[in-house]
Amino acid sequence: MNRTLSLIALLIAAPAAAQMKTLNGAGATFPYPIYSKWFDEYHKVKPDLQINYQSIGSGGGIRQVTERTVDFGASDGPMTTQQQFKVDGKILHIPTVLGAVVPAYNLKDVADLKLSGPVLADIYLGKITRWTDPAIAQLNADAKLPDAAITVVHRSDGSGTTYCFVDYLSKVSAEWKKKVGLATAVNWPVGLGGKGNEGVAGLVKGTPNSLGYIELIYAKQNDIAYASVQNKAGKFIKASVDGVTAAAASAKMPKDFKVSITDAPGEAAYPISTFTWLLIYEKNTGDKGPVLKDFLKWMLKDGQAMTAALGYAPLPLSVNQMVSQAIEVIK
Amino acid sequence: MNAAVADRVRKVPGSRERAGDRLFRLIITAFAGIILFAAAALAWQLTRESLGTWKAFGASFLWTSTWDPVNDVFGALPFLYGTAVSSILALLIAVPLGVGAAVFLTELAPKNVAEGLMFAIELLAAVPSVILGLMGIFILVPAMRWAGAPYGVGMLTAGLILALMILPYITTITREVLLTVPRPLKEAMYALGATRWEVVRGVSLPFARSGIIGAVFLSLGRALGETMAVTMVIGNTPRIDFNVLQPGYSMAAVIANELAEAASDAHLSALVAIGLALMGVTVVVNGAARLMIYRLGKRA
Repeated sequence: MNRTLSLIALLIAAPAAAQMKTLNGAGATFPYPIYSKWFDEYHKVKPDLQINYQSIGSGGGIRQVTERTVDFGASDGPMTTQQQFKVDGKILHIPTVLGAVVPAYNLKDVADLKLSGPVLADIYLGKITRWTDPAIAQLNADAKLPDAAITVVHRSDGSGTTYCFVDYLSKVSAEWKKKVGLATAVNWPVGLGGKGNEGVAGLVKGTPNSLGYIELIYAKQNDIAYASVQNKAGKFIKASVDGVTAAAASAKMPKDFKVSITDAPGEAAYPISTFTWLLIYEKNTGDKGPVLKDFLKWMLKDGQAMTAALGYAPLPLSVNQMVSQAIEVIK
Repeated sequence: MNAAVADRVRKVPGSRERAGDRLFRLIITAFAGIILFAAAALAWQLTRESLGTWKAFGASFLWTSTWDPVNDVFGALPFLYGTAVSSILALLIAVPLGVGAAVFLTELAPKNVAEGLMFAIELLAAVPSVILGLMGIFILVPAMRWAGAPYGVGMLTAGLILALMILPYITTITREVLLTVPRPLKEAMYALGATRWEVVRGVSLPFARSGIIGAVFLSLGRALGETMAVTMVIGNTPRIDFNVLQPGYSMAAVIANELAEAASDAHLSALVAIGLALMGVTVVVNGAARLMIYRLGKRA
């Protein structure tokens, strides 16, 4: 009897003796697949560390970081100066991977649609309403465009995908910037709202002659046709991991890493690309700082090698080196 | 006899049991109190979190229709409109169907058929709303487009999904109420030579009226608050269009869509304000139902 009791006591005490450490994070949904893969793999490297991540959305991540209810956050759009001002202490933006947004379309007879930034902006502004509009016809001289109205589809939920897309539209169209602007959810002049990538993709797939925007990874995994987009250098680029990394490499990187890489200047750059960031406190409580720093070092080396398999673009080498230096200040 | 028993029960147990009684009363009063407390705390929290919106826009928040998270301009009218119209459409479709089905089940169907059908109806009530939403996307939306709706998604599609969702409630409750109609009343009517239709119209339905109205308002409450299935098929466009084939938006749907990514305080506050308005609408609807049932009870 006594032996059983002591055995039970031992079993209860054992995990506590191993001193399991946990870190909690929350934020963006877009990088969730790669983050959960990283945290899982890192747990194998460091069995006494458990990192939990809740993909509640970028807005939620920023809010939780501000309230200090998590150890780190994650966001698809950089925090505004005003948002950072509200945080007690300094926040570092650590870029982790890159993603892209593609214009998905449903046209029966068009295999390779070409679009430009201004045309996309005018379609979403409601100024171009038909596929036979001269502006579209001019870009697609040899395509058989239907004489039909364009059914425009956008995200109904606030999302980093929307942020990246309207960030691009704001850069290529002054009218968009003035009339609609830039946020994770905007006041759409036209179009139907679909919830999530799957909602938009569902509407595009089901509605003939429609146009929507979705994440590159989602479009690839589900075999959805998407258009090439003309970049700043005038080249039509069909989104790919390489095009995204090229965009990141051609953009000038500021010290705080808060950079938008939409409409990037490079020849091979895909214009609707974006970084996604981890939001890390510069000063952490207890020994969480060094633990986070170790993880980030691992992420920059071993972690980056896992990105391509999941469809994310890895950081360009130059950015990777800059980040390695920047994380040294984490305490 | 009864009085004597009650007397014995009161006397015999002695003081210890009475303390137990008091404790019991205290505990169940606390249980009831928790319900009131939760409702009050909910209203208080919603009001507190949405103060910013009410300060900035006042009551005009409820009748303006711009929803612009970029410039922090918010008006809830298209969402109020969408919630009201989709729910009313659902009732228009589901009430005649549900009451008709209940009459069939109680008055016409053979017993084993009725039981089999009831099982199917209860099964329908247990289907999670996200499943109904998926069904909406894959079956109803293409069907609507095939039938000539411009996009397939829209207010009427949402109304149809909601109707499917509340149909089991209306049918089940109406059937239960119809089963309580006293047999002698109906038999008396038949004895006078009344047809089945006359019995249903003259005896069953009037007798069951307050129960049916209760069922309708319970379903309306459910339709007003339904989120997932509606957001999947309504089109999520904050615009007021009197054509029910056009897309719309509902209050619950906009909260579900935008809350996770609402980074600015004004946006968050506006979404909570919509939540408070939705709560207000449900309270008014339930109040109206109570009043109606109370009045009918008095007249009878």
